Amino acid sequence: MNAQRKKRLAIVSLIILGMGASAGLILTAFEKNLLYFYSPTQVSKGEAPVGKPFRIGGIVKINSVARVSDGLKVSFDLTDNKQTVTVNFEGILPDLFREGQGIVANGKLDNTGIFQASEVLAKHDENYMPPEVAEALANSESDIEMPHSYGTQ
Amino acid sequence: MGFALICFISGLIGGLVLAPADYQQGDSFRIIYIHVPAAWMSLFIYTFMAINAAILLIWRVKISEIIIRSSAILGASFTFLALATGSIWGKPMWGTWWVWDARLTSELILLFLYLGFIALQSAFEDRRIAAKTGAVLVLVGVVNIPIIKYSVEWWSTLHQPASISKLDAPSIHIDMLIPLLLMAIACKAYFFSVMLIRCRREILAYESNTAWVKETLIRNGDHT
Repeated sequence: MNAQRKKRLAIVSLIILGMGASAGLILTAFEKNLLYFYSPTQVSKGEAPVGKPFRIGGIVKINSVARVSDGLKVSFDLTDNKQTVTVNFEGILPDLFREGQGIVANGKLDNTGIFQASEVLAKHDENYMPPEVAEALANSESDIEMPHSYGTQ
Repeated sequence: MGFALICFISGLIGGLVLAPADYQQGDSFRIIYIHVPAAWMSLFIYTFMAINAAILLIWRVKISEIIIRSSAILGASFTFLALATGSIWGKPMWGTWWVWDARLTSELILLFLYLGFIALQSAFEDRRIAAKTGAVLVLVGVVNIPIIKYSVEWWSTLHQPASISKLDAPSIHIDMLIPLLLMAIACKAYFFSVMLIRCRREILAYESNTAWVKETLIRNGDHT
C-alpha cells in the first residue's frame, strides 16, 4: 500500500469513527427521549412526566380487564411483574389486545394515579409458532414468562 | 435470475400455503415473508454500498463507482417495501400505521439516505465527482446501520426484538423459518443479478465509443 492510499484509508476510517462517536454521543444525550414507553416501575417511581402525555408499556394483568356493559369503556391493570398501574380507556382495542399480552398505551396520569389512555397499541413479541406448539408450551409451563423487553431498562 | 425465481416461488408457496398460521396473529403474520427479507436487504445493500464506497475512495477502483450507482435504486426499493409492508402489518396488529419509535424512524432515515444518494448522482454533471461525493455520503450514513439493527435492543420500541438474527436459537418455528430463509436467498440472488445487469449496461453505455465495445457487440450480434 503506497503512502497516498494509506492517507485515504486513514481519512475514510476517520469519517466512520467520527460519525460513530458523534452518533453515540447524540444518542446517549437523547436517551430519555428515545424511550418509546415507560414501564409501570418507572411510572410508580415518578420518572414519567406528570400532567403531560406519555406512553406506558407492559403486560395486561390476567383477570384484570373490566368492561362496562353499555359502552366502549374498559379498564385493566398494566404490569411489568414488579409494579402495576391501572389504565382506563374508551375506544376500540387492537386485535392482539388480550390478557397476558404486551401493550403500549398513550395518555396521561391523573391525580389518583390512574392512567387515562387515549390510544392503546398492541405490542407483539418476537416468537412465531403454530397454535399447537403454543398450546404444548403452555401446558408445560404453568406461568407466563415475561419477555425481556418489558423489564426495567 | 433463474435461481432467484426458483427460490422466490418455492419460498412464497412455503410461506403462504405450507407454513402453519401463527398462534397469536393467525394468517396475518404471513406478510413476514415479504417484510423481513426486504428489511434485511435494505441493510445488506447499504453495507455492500458502503464497502464499495470505501474501496472507491481509497483505491480508486472504477468498477466500485458503477456498483454503488447500480445498487442504490434497488436498496431504496427494498427499504420502501419494508416500510410499506411493515405499515400494512402494523395497522391490524399494533393498531396503527406508523409510530415514531426508534426502529421505524431509523429505517425511514435509511430510505432518505438512499434517496439522497440518488439525487446527488444527478446533481453533478461530472460522473466521477458525483460518484465520489455520493461515496462520502454513503460512508457518513453507514453509522445508521448498527442503529437500525440494535434499536430494538437499546431502547424500548413498539417493534419487537429480533427473532432470527441473534445468538440463541431463533424464536420462530422451523416450519415457518425455512420459507423465510428461501425468500431471503431469493432476494439476494435477485439483487445481484439485477445489479450486474445494470452494471453491464452502464459500462457499455459509458464506453460505447471504444473499440472493444464495438467488437464485442459485433461478435455477439447483441443490440443492448
